[in-house]
Amino acid sequence: MIKDRLSGNEAVALAMKSMNMDVMAAFPITPSTEIPQYFSQFVADGATETIFVPVESEHSAMSACIGAQAAGARSCTATSSCGLALMNEVLSVASSLRLPITMCCVTRALTGPINIHNDHSDAMGVRDCGWIQLYAENAQEAYDNYIMAVRIAEDPKALLPVMVCQDGFITSHAVENIILLAEDEIRKFAGFYEPENYLFNSREKVAYGPYDSPVYFMEHKRQQAQAMIDSLEVINAVSQSFGDLTGRYYDLLEAYRAEDADRLLVVLGSTAGTAKQVVDELRKAGEKVGLIKIRAFRPFPVQALVQALGNAKIVAVLDKSEGMSANGGPLFADVCAALGGRGPRLVNYIYGLGGRDVRPLHIKEVFEHLKDDIEGKTPAAKTAANYRYLAVRE
Amino acid sequence: MTYNFVQEMNKPERFAGGHRLCAGCGAAVMARNVLRSLEPEERVAIVNATGCLQAATFPYPYITWEDSWLHSAFENAGATCGGVEAAYRALRKRGKVKEEYKLLAFGGDGGTYDIGFQSLSGAMERGHDMVYICYDNEAYMNTGIQRSSSTSRFADTTTSPAGSVIPGKPQNKKDLTQVMIAHNIPYVAQTTLLSNMKDLNEKARRAIHTPGPAFLNILAPCPRGWRYETDQLMDMTKAAVETCFWPLFEVVEGKFHLSYKPKKKLPIEEYLKPQGRFKHMFKQGNEWMIEEFQQEVDRRWEELLKKCGE
Repeated sequence: MIKDRLSGNEAVALAMKSMNMDVMAAFPITPSTEIPQYFSQFVADGATETIFVPVESEHSAMSACIGAQAAGARSCTATSSCGLALMNEVLSVASSLRLPITMCCVTRALTGPINIHNDHSDAMGVRDCGWIQLYAENAQEAYDNYIMAVRIAEDPKALLPVMVCQDGFITSHAVENIILLAEDEIRKFAGFYEPENYLFNSREKVAYGPYDSPVYFMEHKRQQAQAMIDSLEVINAVSQSFGDLTGRYYDLLEAYRAEDADRLLVVLGSTAGTAKQVVDELRKAGEKVGLIKIRAFRPFPVQALVQALGNAKIVAVLDKSEGMSANGGPLFADVCAALGGRGPRLVNYIYGLGGRDVRPLHIKEVFEHLKDDIEGKTPAAKTAANYRYLAVRE
Repeated sequence: MTYNFVQEMNKPERFAGGHRLCAGCGAAVMARNVLRSLEPEERVAIVNATGCLQAATFPYPYITWEDSWLHSAFENAGATCGGVEAAYRALRKRGKVKEEYKLLAFGGDGGTYDIGFQSLSGAMERGHDMVYICYDNEAYMNTGIQRSSSTSRFADTTTSPAGSVIPGKPQNKKDLTQVMIAHNIPYVAQTTLLSNMKDLNEKARRAIHTPGPAFLNILAPCPRGWRYETDQLMDMTKAAVETCFWPLFEVVEGKFHLSYKPKKKLPIEEYLKPQGRFKHMFKQGNEWMIEEFQQEVDRRWEELLKKCGE
């Protein structure tokens, strides 16, 4: 066991290096910039054989990854916010070509107005692009998820690109205690990328990216959708073997003191850390509260979520992005779809946009609201409104 | 090595027939002859930008290309091929790829002069060992003849129509070849489809065998967009060269070489007249358009002659 103190960005750069990637192509953007910085230093110092491609945009970063992965190389990148939005077009190319590229998305608010701080509007903006999305609570999880991501992506049942999301600045820049794996252990775990088809396969030529007419397009999309469905099983299997190696076991979601809770929160990312502390405090005071942290947002863990929410009276889904649907955030929409009108009442909170601080007192406020909701203390008008804002001046 | 047309023609075909490109399309002749400059035993991986050449050569499940081929999007052939090249270096270093490969990227003028320009510029600047081949037909032909920055001045396109107030495209053609020369890459050349394809074949061969980035700009007429009869393809390219509208030259390690100097430079009308897109220039009262077009051709030709030391 190697104990160290690293930031989320440093941890992910180290995971990429340990994985013996063939190609890393990236463009700087706050707060993910450090990842290519650390990585290019590894390359400059001869600490890795990886070819680093310092591209001229994020669109080119993903394009270069597509070219590299199609050619038979294990490739990776990192980005944030507008960079991810610029990649949007080619993210769908990568997933539809079934190229198991991995990327670290250091989540940051999408511009409009420009803001460099954390929320999930960037990652949510590409949630329909066919990438597996794993969310990390802290640097340790970002590191662990990245190591697992490569195996999940390359599994023949998935063959899908994976985005490992960590919260900008909160996780990417804060230095935490972390347990690292030895490089040889990681390489053994990650194995080698041995694709069935690739451009430099001298035994069999391959063509990627046809014009797909209505006669075939839908069948190809159906196959891609099936891969996303099947990847639930792949994530579980890879997480199991990662747990066996490290003792750190991960599920599609983490249910924290949720079993007998009457009030539950559903969150993504670093907020889980803050919320766990609040849950512990309230539990000490005898309150039945708990937390569900979604780790795999794509594919969405419907079964696990339905099971985890089963006994609660009310559930608050916390969205760190405004879906602008006039009907709540994107995580809320998925939770609603998963429950299909059955189970506990669902309410939505939009919170933490553009780096708005999320403190224990805010999480407590949500639990208090939920209590009022259960006890019928909230005014009728407010009770009806399931789409709420947290810590905003109105 | 002396160029032997018969020998070249008898090479195994790498660009199969049955593709969906139009009769008289310059892009098909271009691709076929670029690939013909390779020896049969030479391996190649190809990246293709979205466009006529891509859409018409791989309508699933039929493919024209005999070599490994990748299409990603419209504006990213440069970066995508750069990624393929990075993979090649990585996999060769690790002994995972034993064979030697040449890397080619094809894009039309839309995908090269315009939307893919940044991606191309980045790839060339980074020095990837690849050849980027632009087949220039002077408009977005795949979407139905819209103007590009490569479209000639006065050309009638569907987004620069020759109207009663604005007579076709108001701007001059971007000189992309000069822009690529300014990247100071080892090899840049301009060519087109001529007679026995010697010029194209030799330039493609040099580009492919030059270590580092190389850029080929190939004028490849489009019968739909230019409005000429499909059997007149070779007349179009010949007129482009003989009027010095499209000079043949190459720049090797920064040194300019003129490949062909017409004995008698033909007036630009010889090039413009057979093309429907320039028809309005020949109406009475529009003589000034031809004059100004000629002046621009002359200016660029004189500049090139100076650079070539002619």
